Amino acid sequence: MKHLGYTFEKLKIASFDFTCCEGCQLQLANRESTLTDFLELLDIRNFRELSSEQHDDYDIALIEGSISRQDEIERLQAIRRQAKTLVAFGTCACFGGVNSMKKKFPLKESIAEVYPGMPVQTMLVKKICEVVKVDFSIPGCPVNKEEVERIMVCLATGSHVTLPKHPVCVECKAQLNTCMFELGEICLGPITRAGCNAVCTTGKTSCLGCRGPSEEINMPAFVKLVKDRELSLDELQEKIAFYNAFDGFNSHET
Amino acid sequence: MKRDYTLDIRHLTRVEGHANISISVKDGKLVDARWAVVETPRFFEVMVKGMSAERVPFLTSRICGICSISHALASIRALERAMKIAPPYAAEKIRLLAMHGETLQSHALHLFFLVAPDFAGTASILPVINSNPDVIKAGLQLKELGNEISTITTGRCTHPVSLVVGGVSKAPEKKQLLKLLEMIRERKPAIETTCCFFRTFAIPDFKRETEFVSLFNGSSYPSIGGRLVSTDGVNRDENEYLSMTNEYTRDYSTSKYTSLSRASSVAGALARFNNNYQLLHPKAKEAAADFGLEPVCHNPFMNNIAQLIECVHILEDAEELINTLLGMELGEIKTPFSPKAGSATGAVEAPRGILYHHLETNSEGKIVHADCIIPTTQNNASIHDDLRLLAEQALKEGKNDREIEKLCEMVVRSYDPCISCSVH
Repeated sequence: MKHLGYTFEKLKIASFDFTCCEGCQLQLANRESTLTDFLELLDIRNFRELSSEQHDDYDIALIEGSISRQDEIERLQAIRRQAKTLVAFGTCACFGGVNSMKKKFPLKESIAEVYPGMPVQTMLVKKICEVVKVDFSIPGCPVNKEEVERIMVCLATGSHVTLPKHPVCVECKAQLNTCMFELGEICLGPITRAGCNAVCTTGKTSCLGCRGPSEEINMPAFVKLVKDRELSLDELQEKIAFYNAFDGFNSHET
Repeated sequence: MKRDYTLDIRHLTRVEGHANISISVKDGKLVDARWAVVETPRFFEVMVKGMSAERVPFLTSRICGICSISHALASIRALERAMKIAPPYAAEKIRLLAMHGETLQSHALHLFFLVAPDFAGTASILPVINSNPDVIKAGLQLKELGNEISTITTGRCTHPVSLVVGGVSKAPEKKQLLKLLEMIRERKPAIETTCCFFRTFAIPDFKRETEFVSLFNGSSYPSIGGRLVSTDGVNRDENEYLSMTNEYTRDYSTSKYTSLSRASSVAGALARFNNNYQLLHPKAKEAAADFGLEPVCHNPFMNNIAQLIECVHILEDAEELINTLLGMELGEIKTPFSPKAGSATGAVEAPRGILYHHLETNSEGKIVHADCIIPTTQNNASIHDDLRLLAEQALKEGKNDREIEKLCEMVVRSYDPCISCSVH
């Protein structure tokens, strides 16, 4: 592939999905106006959803979804052995995602409720980095295709892959939105990593933190903000827990 | 010639989710034909318990990456009916337009990325980009239009942002609606190109009589809510979803099965077409006639064509909806509500067929019970029965192993199964 006089190797890429909705992989086929150029960048070696041709000589593996069954662990380990670069692709892969909410109830009870009388294997959700080494993460529920395109160009040109360090608030202000807190809502924009172009708050719904914490967040100050505005701390907990993306930060009242 | 034959397809390609097909033949006779879903269960019906009603659509939309708008709206409809909330008229119209956007992108994705390679004899769409660039351009134009409709009506094309209990949180701006109108007009030739392309395909001649289930409202092609009907004469209230589905499990499948009047029934574009033909736009009826598609059609491969006919209908109907929206004030878009105890079903026509969410709330508006029945779940039994009959007929006709394998894969893809969705 030649661009501006430089010749680039196509990225030998594969895409795999585990416990998820496959919405992140679907983004790879979105943004149709740039799709043929985007596909030019890639040598798709394995992508079950898109192609019946499957090869095991990929360099980059995009991993969508979280892990919730033993056979998924084995499949993921085999992919890790092959891939030079393994990418946690989307919020479920990076943080466990909405699937993590399963931990609210005992597994046995959940199985009995959904599959009465049928033995079904399941385990508490693991994020990808709990099973194999992850080289880098692209968060988002779903991932933002524009960001994915930017990162793929970085990989093809050998540049350093980075994510925004600032919070969603910055992007939201740039869109001239009224702050959700001013509308009486708890919004996780102040503590969540930017890169989504504040898509939720621009649609007048609160940020639920799908991209995980931005750099150096101040959780106690954020909890105090919610308290000072006399907003519900239960609602704060429900929002913080939504994607399991703030695991490890104490968001309870101190 | 008496022959032994085993087909074992693990993780079928070009479908959403993980499932296997296995067929075994001994002495020229079919021993077993099986459709086994092996997707990992996620337990959404459990996860949603205890959650505030207003947060629910944001969780349940994550059941599926392709039909997230349908899932959000099924939950919203169930909750609004349970808590007696009437969304404003404008919000209802915006939601109908959003459904059109989702169905258009889903059908375009299925027809071009998943189905067309079978007829073109390629492993994926990628070689078709070079061999038929105009056709692929048309397909991408339609898919992009669907995504743009969804983005303008719900804030984002996957996992909607502004669909909320009580209405919508943000209305599209006039200039955005005008842009959509322009895009639709510009892209009508793309649908003609697509129809011409699909008319060159030899659709397998196969028929298995079955029962088709969909929504029906008598005045418009079905989308959100209505009566639950079937081609066998069933006609029930939306809340009677349990008697429409009679869900059960099979030990080799993490996706459940359903039945109605027969051992298997079908949901999806062909089911909607078969039950609502009269309500299609005249242009869609014309397009159907060009394919020789008439109700009641019992060829599962024609579900692909029914999807295409729906795309024709959507372009026309979306234009009318946008004109309606342009002619009204979009000020009142959300009805305020207080949480109430109640329970109700929300049924919508997702791209792949009728989708039910049944939700029960307590007096704080928190979920105490949830049940979701997915279109693909309602098609599992039929896929299974089709595989069996198709394999038997192909054996009789003396088709070779590779031909049988391809036909089996193609019939499954015709249903456009949404496997991870069905194992929610």
